[in-house]
Amino acid sequence: MSLLVHQLAFEQRVFWRSREAAIFIFVFPLLLYALLASVYSNDIDGVPSADVLLAGLFGYGAANTAFAGLAIILVGRREAGVLKRLRSTPLPPATYIAAVLLSTLVVFALQAVALVVLGTFAFDASLPANWLGFAGAIVLGVACFAGLGVGAASLIRSAEGVSAVVNVIVLPMAFLSGSFGPTQNLPGFLEVVADVLPLTYFLDIVYGVYLDGESLHADPTALGVVAAWGVAGLAIAWRRFGWMPRER
Amino acid sequence: MSSAIVVRDLRKSYDGVEALRGISFEVGEGEVFGLLGPNGAGKTTTVEILEGYRSRDGGEVSVLGHDPGTPPRALRERIGVVLQHSEFQPLLTVREAHRLFAGYYARPRDVDEVIDLVGLQEKRNARVKTLSGGQKRRLDLGVALVGDPDLVFLDEPTTGFDPAARRSAWEMIRALRSLGKTILLTTHYLDEAQQLADRVAVIRAGRIVKLGTPAELIGDTRGTEIRYRRDGEPAVIETEDPTRVLHELTSEALAAGHELEHLEVRRPTLEDVYLELVDGDDEDGQ
Repeated sequence: MSLLVHQLAFEQRVFWRSREAAIFIFVFPLLLYALLASVYSNDIDGVPSADVLLAGLFGYGAANTAFAGLAIILVGRREAGVLKRLRSTPLPPATYIAAVLLSTLVVFALQAVALVVLGTFAFDASLPANWLGFAGAIVLGVACFAGLGVGAASLIRSAEGVSAVVNVIVLPMAFLSGSFGPTQNLPGFLEVVADVLPLTYFLDIVYGVYLDGESLHADPTALGVVAAWGVAGLAIAWRRFGWMPRER
Repeated sequence: MSSAIVVRDLRKSYDGVEALRGISFEVGEGEVFGLLGPNGAGKTTTVEILEGYRSRDGGEVSVLGHDPGTPPRALRERIGVVLQHSEFQPLLTVREAHRLFAGYYARPRDVDEVIDLVGLQEKRNARVKTLSGGQKRRLDLGVALVGDPDLVFLDEPTTGFDPAARRSAWEMIRALRSLGKTILLTTHYLDEAQQLADRVAVIRAGRIVKLGTPAELIGDTRGTEIRYRRDGEPAVIETEDPTRVLHELTSEALAAGHELEHLEVRRPTLEDVYLELVDGDDEDGQ
């Protein structure tokens, strides 16, 4: 336990010291929210756009922090030999992974709070209708997208390519699932893609808890799809995750 | 002396290519043992099997009484590893990197003491990314020592160093030995093996071709060489009796009033022996 706290403290220190990570992962969703909320001022389906976008950017933040951020961190460390070096210490691998995941959760929880603060003060957005459900959504989002992030890290070979690969996945996914505003009249095949993306279902849950005050498990299908994606990522990680650099 | 490492008939193949073809050696407690060989000979493969990074295809291996193929935490508590390539979080300071690793061990050494030992006291609060190559290697070593290991693996610890940095790295490794640590060192520098190792195994194409103390490797069979130039032509005399031969040679030259140009008296170095041993086709440079 104390080892977990020890590692978590260092993970946090490294994260906040890294300006690139802190800006790309923490500040970027806030910036996008401020931009989009300034541009769209009308109601969306009878709900103030500041609220809908807040929920949307919360979903994008989960994918960006837990999926993209985690994959970038893990592949970078693996290729630099950081993971390999850790493997010969008495630090149990499970403790290390747990600390990295918890650190991701801390970052995303702070980001979620920052989004709410920014939304309410600058754009007059509502507070979460169901606080407990909102807290649950933070954990659920990190669990699902971190599972996918570790899975992606297991498949991506190069530290140079990882950032491009995850962004090519995250940005279109966020757009298609409506993070940046509801999508209308998508061509048929994109509609099909949007209908299987985890972020689409995660956003349904977020809308539920944030805007309508529903419980986290109000939509069992959505919860099931989100969980299934997370488990699929973990299954890939279980088979393919490696501690040794791939490229040397 | 009991053995810290026992390796018997160790075998390993990568994609059907034999990297290790039956290697056997033992390292005693407190001994500095050198694995010497050209690139691709199998040094790193051997060390990484002992460190627990790679599985073996055959043979028996014991490290501090444990099988590194299934390393228990107790083994990881007692070994220190300096990898050929590894990095630390570039954003941590030297002291933080040591503190991070110290936290992994049950009985770590004092962090500042270790930083002093590896000569990084001036860089204690410098970020890792600002260190020079040589300083990064010192950090590798410091972090490997912070858990107070009994056995230290050093995989090519001075590759890429300038001569002054190598000398000071050697001093550190000697200091480790005086602390009673067992050290397994790989190197492709002969002088490094000669300077540091109590015993050396010369490895080539996955086999040990010679094993012994540096003095034994050089052997007593070859005598001393006396080299000079006569009328511009190189002359070499090999002798078991260098004092007398040299005396005769210089007396004659003095009497005749001519200079023995380029006069040189030398014992064969480990390098001569090594080059003889590893000369020939590299069968399986991996």
